Amino acid sequence: MIQIEYILIVSAVMMFAGIFGFFTRRSTLAILLSIELMLNATDLNFAVINRLMHTGGHEGYFFTLFSIAISAAESAVAIAIMINIYRQLKDTTADKLSKLKW
Amino acid sequence: MDSYNIMFVVLAGIIVASSVLTVVTRSIMRAATYLFFALLGTAGMYFLMGYTFLGAVQTMVYAGGIIVLYVFAILLTRGTKDRISENTRSKIALSALLSLVGFGLVAFIIFTANLRAQVITAPDESVMNMSTLGRNLLSTDPDGYLLPFEAVSVLLLACIVAGVMIARKR
Repeated sequence: MIQIEYILIVSAVMMFAGIFGFFTRRSTLAILLSIELMLNATDLNFAVINRLMHTGGHEGYFFTLFSIAISAAESAVAIAIMINIYRQLKDTTADKLSKLKW
Repeated sequence: MDSYNIMFVVLAGIIVASSVLTVVTRSIMRAATYLFFALLGTAGMYFLMGYTFLGAVQTMVYAGGIIVLYVFAILLTRGTKDRISENTRSKIALSALLSLVGFGLVAFIIFTANLRAQVITAPDESVMNMSTLGRNLLSTDPDGYLLPFEAVSVLLLACIVAGVMIARKR
């Protein structure tokens, strides 16, 4: 017997930890780690809401499944871009990446 | 307080501690390791809810695939030199304040939304079995998910091509 609020609170902690990391990190790879944390929190929320409030259907379940697949693809492409940037500029810090700016 | 509750408390402690440590630790390699434990704790949470296939997917794709990819990327670039302390102290304090205020708002909404009656009990076979999952995933019925399934397969193919195109040596 677990109340739904406690799982939602755990997921909210994960979400806002990710937001804090997104604001404070400098390295683009660390920013991506924070984004993964946020995506994971939303996945957990979808699964919990589907399990506890909508027991007849499986919409949240499949949304979580496809969300995991899409975030895997997203991080693969993002890491390819990071490695390419590192090869060109020898730096992946977010402040230094201003070549495309003006 | 039965074993189910004890398991939940352990998993919640792991998730909360490692997700906070992911964003405050100084070394990015340690951040990736803590993220690994946060993702494994989430997989355990799926198992606890009876969504065993989802937990297995989470373990394989996130913990097994994405974290390894991140570790390789950190080691290939100079990401190991990342330090959180390059920020000014006021910016970190403002970010922490913003996150705490947002968390307080969300917690207030959750606790006043009258979810008290919703409890999760130990799962049985009726929650989600593999035959329901397979039928839903590969059927064209109104509750079937064949179209997003195929769309994801095309997306993954596009990502493979894009990854090779972007990261190849010229």
